[in-house]
Amino acid sequence: MKRILTLSVILAALAAVPSFAQRKASIENVPNIPYSSAPNLLKLPPGEYLGESVAVATNSKGHIFVYHRSANTRLFEFDQAGNFVKEIGSGYYGFEFAHSVRVDKDDNIWTVDEGTNMITKFGPDGKVLMVLGRRPPAVLGVQAAPAGPNQPSQKYIFCRPTDVGWDPQGNIFISDGYCNNRVVKYDKNGRFLAQAGSEKAGSALGEFNLPHGLQVDGQGNVWVADRSNFRYQVLDNNLKPMREITNLGVGWTVCISAGPHQYAFMSNSNPNGNMPGSWDITGEIYKAELDGTVIGKFGHAGKLAPGFQVVHMMDCRNPNEIVVGEIESWRVQKLILRPAAAEAGAAR
Amino acid sequence: MKHPMTRRLIQALLAAILSAGVPANAQKEAPEIRFDSAPNALQLPAGVYLGEVGGVATNSRGDIFVYTRTGHPTVTTGTARPFAHGGSRLFQFDHNGKFVGEIGKDSYGFMFAAQVRVDPKDSIWVVDQMTNMVIKFDPQGRVALLLGRKAESVPVPARQAAGNGAGQPTDLFDRPTDVAWDAAGNIFVADGLGNARVAKFDKEGKFVKSWGKKGSAPGEFANVRSIAVDAQGNVYAADGGNKRIQVFDNDGNFKTAFTNVGNAQALCMTKGPNQFVYVSNSNPPDDIDHDGEIYRMRLDGTMTGKFGRAGKLLKEFGTVNAIDCRDENTLYVGEIGNLRVQKLALH
Repeated sequence: MKRILTLSVILAALAAVPSFAQRKASIENVPNIPYSSAPNLLKLPPGEYLGESVAVATNSKGHIFVYHRSANTRLFEFDQAGNFVKEIGSGYYGFEFAHSVRVDKDDNIWTVDEGTNMITKFGPDGKVLMVLGRRPPAVLGVQAAPAGPNQPSQKYIFCRPTDVGWDPQGNIFISDGYCNNRVVKYDKNGRFLAQAGSEKAGSALGEFNLPHGLQVDGQGNVWVADRSNFRYQVLDNNLKPMREITNLGVGWTVCISAGPHQYAFMSNSNPNGNMPGSWDITGEIYKAELDGTVIGKFGHAGKLAPGFQVVHMMDCRNPNEIVVGEIESWRVQKLILRPAAAEAGAAR
Repeated sequence: MKHPMTRRLIQALLAAILSAGVPANAQKEAPEIRFDSAPNALQLPAGVYLGEVGGVATNSRGDIFVYTRTGHPTVTTGTARPFAHGGSRLFQFDHNGKFVGEIGKDSYGFMFAAQVRVDPKDSIWVVDQMTNMVIKFDPQGRVALLLGRKAESVPVPARQAAGNGAGQPTDLFDRPTDVAWDAAGNIFVADGLGNARVAKFDKEGKFVKSWGKKGSAPGEFANVRSIAVDAQGNVYAADGGNKRIQVFDNDGNFKTAFTNVGNAQALCMTKGPNQFVYVSNSNPPDDIDHDGEIYRMRLDGTMTGKFGRAGKLLKEFGTVNAIDCRDENTLYVGEIGNLRVQKLALH
C-alpha cells in the first residue's frame, strides 16, 4: 500500500514538472541570417532586477516594455535607448504571474497574466482602461489542484491565458491557454464573439494543445503557436482554421512584424529542462513570409548572450530588430538582423 | 411598427394582470432613466490601482471612500499554521475625485473587501468578507469599534464550502457583506454569503439578535448581499440568490418582499423625506451579455425607473457591488468586474 502511495506521489510529481518537450525542426536548408546582440540593452536602476523575462513589447516610440516575474510580477518601461522610464501597475490586482505583454496600434499596453487569469489594457499613461477575465476570488482560499475533468470553458473566464492580439478593426483575440485549449475573439469593447477549440486539448485543425502564443496579421488572420502539438496554426478572422505549419519544431511563440510587408517570426525555443544535446537541435528562430515560406533563421540556445535560454516572447515591430525575452536567463536581448547579407550568401 | 391601439390593449392587459396580483415582470415596465457617467471620476496617483471594488461611499463633505481588493492575501509558509494577511485597501478621495490618502493601511482586518459605508456622523464602516470583520473608523480614521473576529489562520488547501448557512445566532460572522444603521444607531450586519442572516447590534456593539437562515421561504435567504434601513427603521435585505429584496421591521419580523428586482446585489437608501431605494440587478462576473441594470423603486416596491446594462464601457456595469446615493441624482457605483468606480448623473 505504501509503495503504491509512493508511486502515485512520484507519478503526480512527474506530471507536474515542466514539459521537456522538444523537437528538432524538420525543415532543411534554411539560410542563416547574420545578427548581433546589442550589449547591455536595458539599464536598470540600482536595486532593481528583472526576473523571468517572459514578455517583451515595444510601442511606436520604440519604448520597451518588460513584463517579468520578479518577487512580484512587474511591468517596467524603458525608452528606446534602454533607459528605465517607469514602472506600470505596481501592486495591481491583475498581476501575479506574468505571461505576455503586447502594445496595440494606439500604444495601449496589454498584459496577460496566467496567475490571475486576467488580461488588462493599460493606456499609454499606465491607467487601467479595460479588463478581461476575472481573478479567482481570494475569499475562496488556497485552492488545491482541480481533481476532476476540466470545467467547460466560459465566455468571459480564462484558465491560465497566454497571449493577446488585435485585428485591424480592433477586435481582440486571446489564446487561452494552459488549462483551456482555445482561442477566443472579442469585439473592441470586450464582448464575446467566437471561439475555436475548447477546454479540451486536441490535435485536429482548429483544436489546440497549449496555445502558447498568438498574433494577428494585417489581413486579420490569427497565428497561434500550438506548442504541445508542435505546430503553428493560422486561422481566419472568424477563427476557422486555414493551415498549419509543422516543420519548425515546437511552437513556442510567434510575432508578426509591422509595415506593409509583414513577416512572421517563430521560435523553436529550447525547453525548460534540457537533456544533453538539446541545445544542438533547438533554440533557433525562423523568419517566414505570411504565406508560410521560411526565408531564414537565426540564433541558438545558450546561457550567454547572444545565445537564448528559452525564448518566451519576441517583439518584431521592426523586422530587423528583434527584441526577445528569455525565461531562464532573466534577460532581454535586442537582435540586429542583417538579412541582406543572408540573401547574398544564399545567392552564392 | 406597433399600432397605438395594440399598445393600449397591451397596457390594459398588463394593468389587469397587475391588479390580479400575478407576480409581474416589472423590470420591463420601469421607464428608462437617462444618465451620464463622468470620465475619470477618480484620479489615482501613479502606483495606486483599484482592484475589484467591494464598496464606495461618501461622507457629508462629499469625500469618497473606496474599499477595494488590491491583491490576494499573502500566506506564510513554513509556519505551524498558515497565516494570511493583506489583500485590500481603503482609499479616500475628495469630492472632486482627487486622491487624499489611505485609511487602515496594513490593517489586520483587511483581506477581501466587501463593503464600505459612512454613517450619519461621518464614521467610516468597512466590511471584510474574509477576515469576517466589521470595522468602524471615526472620521479621523482611528479604529472606533470592531465587530467579529478574524480567524487566526487559514486552512490550506481551502476546505469545501465554508459556511453552513445555518444563520448561527452569534456575534461572529461568516462572509459578511454589508452594514446599515437605524435612526437610533442600532447596527445591522448582512451576514452574508456563509451565514444567511441579518444580525442586529445596539449602537455600542452589543449583540441583540439575528434572524434568517438558508432557504427560500419568507424570512429565509439564499444569501444576504446588501442591507439598508429606512427612516422608520425597517430593514431591507437584498436576497440576491432568491432574486428578491425582503423587508423586515426593526425587530426582524417579515413584512414583505419585492420579487421584481433580479439578482439584488447592491442596495442604497436615499436620505430625503421621500425615500426610495436603488437596487442593482448585478450580472455575474462571468457574463456581461445579460442583466446589469440598476432600478429605482419606492419603499412600497413600485419601480420608478431603471438604467444601464452589463458591459465594460462607461455607462455599462460589470457586477455592481456598491451604490452610494447620498445625493439621490448623483450616484457612485462600485464594480467588481471593471475594477472601477463610476460617478453617474441621473437626468
